[in-house]
Amino acid sequence: MSFVEYGDTIKDGDTAIVFLGHESMFPVKVQQGSVTQTKYGVIRHSTDLIGKKYGSKVTCSKGGWVFILHPTPELWTVNLPHRTQILYSTDISVITMMLELKPGSIVCESGTGSGSLSHALIRTVAPTGHLYTVEFHQQRAEKAKEEFREHGVEHLVTVTNQDVCKNGFGVSDIADAVFLDIPSPWEAIGHAKSALKAEGGRICSFSPCIEQVQRTCLAMEEYGFTEINTLEILLRVYNVRTISLQIPDLGKAAEDNSSTGFDSSNPSNQGSPGTNLQQGTVQFKSGVPLKEMVGHTGYLTFATKSLF
Amino acid sequence: MEAERRLSLRIREGDCAVLKRGDVFKAVPVLRQRKIIFEKQGFYLDNAIGHVYGTTFEVTSDGNLQPKQQVEETTTETKEAGTDNRNIVDDGKSQKLTHDDIKALKDKGIKGQEIVQQLIENSTTFRDKTEFAQDKYIKKKKKKYEAVITIVKPSTRILSTMYYAREPGKIIHLRYDTLAQMLTLGNVRAGNKMVVMETCAGLVLGAVMERMGGYGSIIQMYPGGGPVRAATSCFGFPKPFFNNLHEFPLSKVDSLLCGALSVETLPSESEDTALTEEEMNGLVDEKQTSVQGTEEESSAETAMEIIQTEEQETIDINAEDAEFKENKEKENKENVREKQRKQWERRKKLTETAALLREKNADGLLVASKFHPTPLLLSLLEFVAPSRPFVVYCQYKEPLLECYTKLRERGGVVNLKLSETWLRSYQVLPDRSHPKLTMSGGGGYLLSGITVVLDKGKSDSSNLEALKMEEPSSKRCKVQDLCC
Repeated sequence: MSFVEYGDTIKDGDTAIVFLGHESMFPVKVQQGSVTQTKYGVIRHSTDLIGKKYGSKVTCSKGGWVFILHPTPELWTVNLPHRTQILYSTDISVITMMLELKPGSIVCESGTGSGSLSHALIRTVAPTGHLYTVEFHQQRAEKAKEEFREHGVEHLVTVTNQDVCKNGFGVSDIADAVFLDIPSPWEAIGHAKSALKAEGGRICSFSPCIEQVQRTCLAMEEYGFTEINTLEILLRVYNVRTISLQIPDLGKAAEDNSSTGFDSSNPSNQGSPGTNLQQGTVQFKSGVPLKEMVGHTGYLTFATKSLF
Repeated sequence: MEAERRLSLRIREGDCAVLKRGDVFKAVPVLRQRKIIFEKQGFYLDNAIGHVYGTTFEVTSDGNLQPKQQVEETTTETKEAGTDNRNIVDDGKSQKLTHDDIKALKDKGIKGQEIVQQLIENSTTFRDKTEFAQDKYIKKKKKKYEAVITIVKPSTRILSTMYYAREPGKIIHLRYDTLAQMLTLGNVRAGNKMVVMETCAGLVLGAVMERMGGYGSIIQMYPGGGPVRAATSCFGFPKPFFNNLHEFPLSKVDSLLCGALSVETLPSESEDTALTEEEMNGLVDEKQTSVQGTEEESSAETAMEIIQTEEQETIDINAEDAEFKENKEKENKENVREKQRKQWERRKKLTETAALLREKNADGLLVASKFHPTPLLLSLLEFVAPSRPFVVYCQYKEPLLECYTKLRERGGVVNLKLSETWLRSYQVLPDRSHPKLTMSGGGGYLLSGITVVLDKGKSDSSNLEALKMEEPSSKRCKVQDLCC
């Protein structure tokens, strides 16, 4: 397995995802002799994992079972240990497409943070592209390097521990795209421009606050970027449910046999889908929104390095 | 490879390029002496050939393109401005230049910038407007009179935005951010073996090909006579990308799954395969597969249809009918042999593709079609390996509700999620930042999930599985809700 290539069977040293049920999963480092505790019991790596096919069901010691899934950047994003607030796949999807990333692309990113976006970028530019990621926090930079190594992608990424606003990305005239998720992106626009190829490229800045966006857009304009465009994207999830609604008792008309309105004892209604005569209910399937949803992550500002 | 890449940075004859003016895009073939109509302007692309993609041009008075000179600094003299609009009456008479006056200026060849200047000077209310209102006025006039066109290289971003704005019906209203979600949720990347089923004129296929960079393989399932790849040809992929692109007819899926596939009867092929190729001399879209005659959507509708206006269509079809008849007799014998050879090739390819599908080890499935998703998913999932993502797009929510339910019954899938994305654009200006006035009402829905090893023949355990995979219902609603 690797984060940039599928494997069929679980191997020693793999990072696998243990899936327990609805939205309940966690990553596990597969190791000969290791043991993992779950609420369904114990998973013994040597017998239960190594050599098994990804996607297999594994029965745990207490009798319950789980599925072992192949890691992907998307699964990693919802399971990784947070060192900072991270970007989720909804934003990552739009960033990837709007920056026109593909195999062979060279991307610069700052800050690395917890590596959520980094893994997704690496996956997209592989096998011939490269990610240059800059993180000013030393421990986070170290942790990121370590994770990339563990996930078999270190050859596709260079982690630099410095302040992008002061010292840039460490490369110039090389990138197809630059991504900024830092507190003061307007201070890095100049560096971003020089990191981008002379013939042009794309830039994206992610900021939670509109004031940051305003300053960044101004800076982009000053540095000659064009096609400056700000948007936001939100995910709405629906739960699929069968709903039963009771039919209200509106009483019976005095002597009249025929009644107006919906009559559940009327033979013509018996064939209609969902009518349940005994309980006086109507059933239907619905996509029900969640009680709460994410209302804001950040504004995404895209621009093109202008070329004349 | 580097040399090829550098070459592809420049506009070449035969390319599919995208014209951009503001937020308006249009894909056109780059051909000499071919008049293009775009945003109420007619011009030839000849002068653009050789320039780098991303260059901005102006349209000269004789209908040619000229690279725009460096952006001159807009004179920022402190202008007179008002404080609010309480005394400004919109009687339609504030502009002293008439329609004819402006036309005269245009005919004289006066540059757009100068026209805008004239409009400002001849507007009685301009100096009473607030600075913001003046700014807005100038922007609006510039947009109208300073016609600059940028020629950009096609990409998923550009083409999906263009299609959604111009021809959403052709892509079943798949909004570009929804497409972006599909590509990411589906983990579309180099080296995968993807199964794609789409009726979006080939846009989704193109997007998948872009993300795979020529590595791996794609099997496109198609309804009817042949796959529509109109939009795919706009991307301008190098030829090798198509080496590992296969196709397979939906009409053969059932027989393939139950082991009774026959390649003898291929889906109806166009009788005039040979004719179609000759006719294409003048038209650009020769990359279309020949099996298109019966495809209702595709026969007349190629991406180039969007590109070509009615004026252009008739110009290029060969008028040499007489010559055509003479040659036809000679070629008849050749044609028959040709057709037989082609048929043999098609059958061979079909057998090869069937073998690829039979391996049942695809790395992902993407479905975005006008058909009801449930039967598609239930059969196409058979070709996907365990622990691989799949994503289905549907313009409507209800069919996905049913799909979800059927998938739960079937088992062999986890992490099912029904979702849609909400997209909003912003105007960002100092002291004037706010969301834009209009936004898309809906971009379609997605159902995504991950395959797992299917426990066939154990209906009990799959029910238990379904319950376990289900979201917990809130206690308060227990009386009314039933887990599906």
